Amino acid sequence: MVTQDPLRLGGREFRSRLIIGTGKYPDYATMQRAHEASGAQIVTVAVRRVNLDRTQESMLNYIDESRYTLLPNTAACYTAEDAIRYARLGREVGLSNWVKLEVIGDEKTLFPDTEGLLEATRVLVKEGFVVLPYTNDDVVVAKKLEDAGAAAVMPLGAPIGSGLGIRNPYNIRIILEAVKIPVIVDAGVGTASDAAIAMELGCDGVLMNTAIAGAKDPVLMAAAMRHAVEAGRLAYVAGRIPKKLYATASSPLEGMIA
Amino acid sequence: MELRVNGKPRASREGLTVTGLLAELEIHPQRVAVQLNGEILRREQFSEVVLKDGDTVEIITFMAGGTGEGGVTW
Repeated sequence: MVTQDPLRLGGREFRSRLIIGTGKYPDYATMQRAHEASGAQIVTVAVRRVNLDRTQESMLNYIDESRYTLLPNTAACYTAEDAIRYARLGREVGLSNWVKLEVIGDEKTLFPDTEGLLEATRVLVKEGFVVLPYTNDDVVVAKKLEDAGAAAVMPLGAPIGSGLGIRNPYNIRIILEAVKIPVIVDAGVGTASDAAIAMELGCDGVLMNTAIAGAKDPVLMAAAMRHAVEAGRLAYVAGRIPKKLYATASSPLEGMIA
Repeated sequence: MELRVNGKPRASREGLTVTGLLAELEIHPQRVAVQLNGEILRREQFSEVVLKDGDTVEIITFMAGGTGEGGVTW
């Protein structure tokens, strides 16, 4: 059933609605096994200098590019100008025009600088990029990003790496109602139920890194997230019952013995 | 002549192309981007562009990571 309900993103279709990262894993072998267990088909990567002294192995040896789409991010960019430059470099490295666009506004919270984000989105869309912007759970910004040509909006559920879950599900719902492009919760997920909640709200996908990479057993947690995203999606498509204050009997009263 | 490659000085011979530099560094050009004096080169330019004394070269690839794991490296 899940396979008949693909994530449509940037003109492509994906079976998995879970997008995962590459940072913070204890080692690349664990990362590789977690990626497999997650079922994800899109993996985010940072754009950085080649290590010239060869003390570190290349992460790319642990990602089978026939199975995973590499999604370069503009992590740790604090200006639109920097983010644009990293996006262009990422395109040259990966020969793909997809970018997870981040313009960070504040070191402590890692909240996005939405002004810079919009500016960078406009420039990169004009250059033919498929722009996937990390943004606030703010419907006004989400609509502006859609108007600017973003391929999705990726509101945070809570601060990056905080594991606090979906702090304002109502804001996410408002965004879901307001935009036609996919909505992917990016950041804030701490455990499986958080991912399920995002999907039950009707989000098109969930992007996470720390919740998996930082778990005591990242491979097990990756499997948990895979199931949570699938369960949440199925529940959303199935349509939940309304919440009511009082009980509703499941069995008929008729036919009971006096 | 002297280049600056990924933030470090590097003595180099005259007439070296970007392709030549990557070969010297044993870097496969398939998964890299090269920025020369702030300009991003297209892959086709690697074999054409001859490096000059004082050039600043950045050789970029994909690494593990996302926001929240350290700042921009240059």
